[in-house]
Amino acid sequence: MRFDGTDDYVATDDLKVAVNAAVTLRRPLLVKGEPGTGKTVLAHEIAKATGAPLIEWNVKSTTKAHQGLYEYDAVARLRDGQLGDERVHDISNYIRKGKLWEAFTSPELPVLLIDEIDKADIEFPNDLLQELDRMEFHVYETKETVKAAERPIVVITSNNEKELPDAFLRRCFFHYIKFPDRETMQEIINVHFPDIQGVLVKKAMDIFYDVRDVPGLKKKPSTSELLDWLKLLLSEDMPLDVLQSKDPSKAIPPLHGALLKNEQDVMLFERLAFMAKREAR
Amino acid sequence: MFFNFMDELRAAGINASLKEHLVLLEALDKEVIRRSPEEFYYLSRATVVKDEGLLDRFDQVFSKVFKGIETSYGTEEEEIPLEWLKAVAEKYLSEEEMAEIEKLGTWEELMDTLKERLEEQEKRHEGGNKWIGTGGTSPYGNSGYNPEGVRIGGEGGQKKAVKVWDKREFANLDNTKMLGTRNIKVALRRLRKFAREGAQDELDIRSTIDGTAKKGWLDIHMRAERHNAVKLLLFLDVGGSMDPFIKLCEELFSAATSEFKNLEFFYFHNCPYEGVWKDNRRRFSERTQMWDILHKYGHDYKLIFVGDASMSPYEITHPGGSVEHFNEEAGVTWMQRLTNTYPAAAWLNPVPEKQWGYSQSVKIIRELMNDRMYGLTLEGLSDAMKELTRKQG
Repeated sequence: MRFDGTDDYVATDDLKVAVNAAVTLRRPLLVKGEPGTGKTVLAHEIAKATGAPLIEWNVKSTTKAHQGLYEYDAVARLRDGQLGDERVHDISNYIRKGKLWEAFTSPELPVLLIDEIDKADIEFPNDLLQELDRMEFHVYETKETVKAAERPIVVITSNNEKELPDAFLRRCFFHYIKFPDRETMQEIINVHFPDIQGVLVKKAMDIFYDVRDVPGLKKKPSTSELLDWLKLLLSEDMPLDVLQSKDPSKAIPPLHGALLKNEQDVMLFERLAFMAKREAR
Repeated sequence: MFFNFMDELRAAGINASLKEHLVLLEALDKEVIRRSPEEFYYLSRATVVKDEGLLDRFDQVFSKVFKGIETSYGTEEEEIPLEWLKAVAEKYLSEEEMAEIEKLGTWEELMDTLKERLEEQEKRHEGGNKWIGTGGTSPYGNSGYNPEGVRIGGEGGQKKAVKVWDKREFANLDNTKMLGTRNIKVALRRLRKFAREGAQDELDIRSTIDGTAKKGWLDIHMRAERHNAVKLLLFLDVGGSMDPFIKLCEELFSAATSEFKNLEFFYFHNCPYEGVWKDNRRRFSERTQMWDILHKYGHDYKLIFVGDASMSPYEITHPGGSVEHFNEEAGVTWMQRLTNTYPAAAWLNPVPEKQWGYSQSVKIIRELMNDRMYGLTLEGLSDAMKELTRKQG
């Protein structure tokens, strides 16, 4: 089983090595990078490439580690007890399996995606150490141990909002998806828009990298924003000369809403445009 | 295997443990990678480095440890095509030079000489003497090689592969600065940790239900209110007497921005008045009104000033006392408004505590802050955080 990228996903060499190492040794792969560089998509693509089912666990600020293992629904049991339901005698009726349990007992070897692990409480990764290391956990209510027959492929993404504990990091392979250079970006665009005009792409990419170079942007546009923007440009049938115009008063790229995501950045751009106009005078 | 590599990594501050070492060996044993230096580099990087800020340092260590091991790799002798030499010679040699060279001998001899020179150039280039371009670009590039007045340039094609780790693409991510800020971060972390604690005054519905279901009687559980995150307003004094403390402030700032999600910072000069700013380059054109700040950010924000509080007392006590502009209301008024709006406040002063007594303005500010002035030291920071997390009555 070797991962070499897929038809829809351009993987750089270093990413391939990291993925293959994680897949072969069955250790979690921790992926970091700017938002919009394809961290989550990576797990989908690994699943696609290996033909494995994907189990997604989206972590939120309120997510607790044990929710990934199982939850004991005491309320349902209390209700059933009052109604005299027979099910109440078997506690296992009220155990709800979590994503990790699902992944451990999946009939086929799955890819488990733990998305945005940094969103949760600081202790969250620590609470999963043992489970991810040994791929087993104990259910106290039923006194059984759930153990993975074969270690699943685990992909973890992080946006770096919180630092992850050392002990957790030691158990993972790490890959930082750096922002793609022009060549890689070209490949990515080709994969997504096979019939796009070369000139349009070139112009769009010029503008895009210019926008990224503007100092002081709150959120730099990333790959996914470029792709959205291109899609918009295509669907609006934007004439090429709009992109080509060197008119400083139009320093704000057309349909900038896809690239700039907050009003301060748009303001910044308008101001730059204004300054450019004044200089031109 | 690789003991040296691991030692070097640790020496460079990359925390590679036995665990990573074993994983690396295991991966090699299972033949995860093809046997090429690039793949080995990628593999070891994925195994050992767990923080993108350390990638650059890893590249440096890797290139130091494995320098020379892959000499035969990617640096194969490149044949210099004869046509290219001819093109160069024709393009850049003047008639006289051609004639002069012809005196040297035949065209073939000339080509040999030229070739030798180019090779020599490449050798020197490998030795670190950057005759052409930067860091290992093609010797056929169009940068100036100028042997005895003959400029060789033009597009040569045949780009030589630069070793990936020598590219050091992650250079601007290095967080060496962070090493100095680690301690500060630990101190600041106190604020975050304490923010989660407090009296158990909220009904924990979940555990109450769980407990009731388990025990059969009403089993009430309480828990502390969970604060979302600490919110911080940071006011930094810039310019003038603060210059010697810039590094210290930078460290504090760098640590604070990485620790707190809800952090707003503003700059002021000497004493906060009706306007502060966010960008020092545009301090006169883009001011944020202090009233806006007071209205926008709620009372639950914690207020931290960083400044030496060293100025003329008039700058605090009198309207129009500011050295930079005419302030209609005195600094005192603004300080009071700020501390009234934000009950949790502290002033961090980089000047050593021993010297505070000598300055009139420090005394005034200290009074205005209700004695909540702390030195910008680890101890002071830690005290300040304690004060900020104290339950505000």
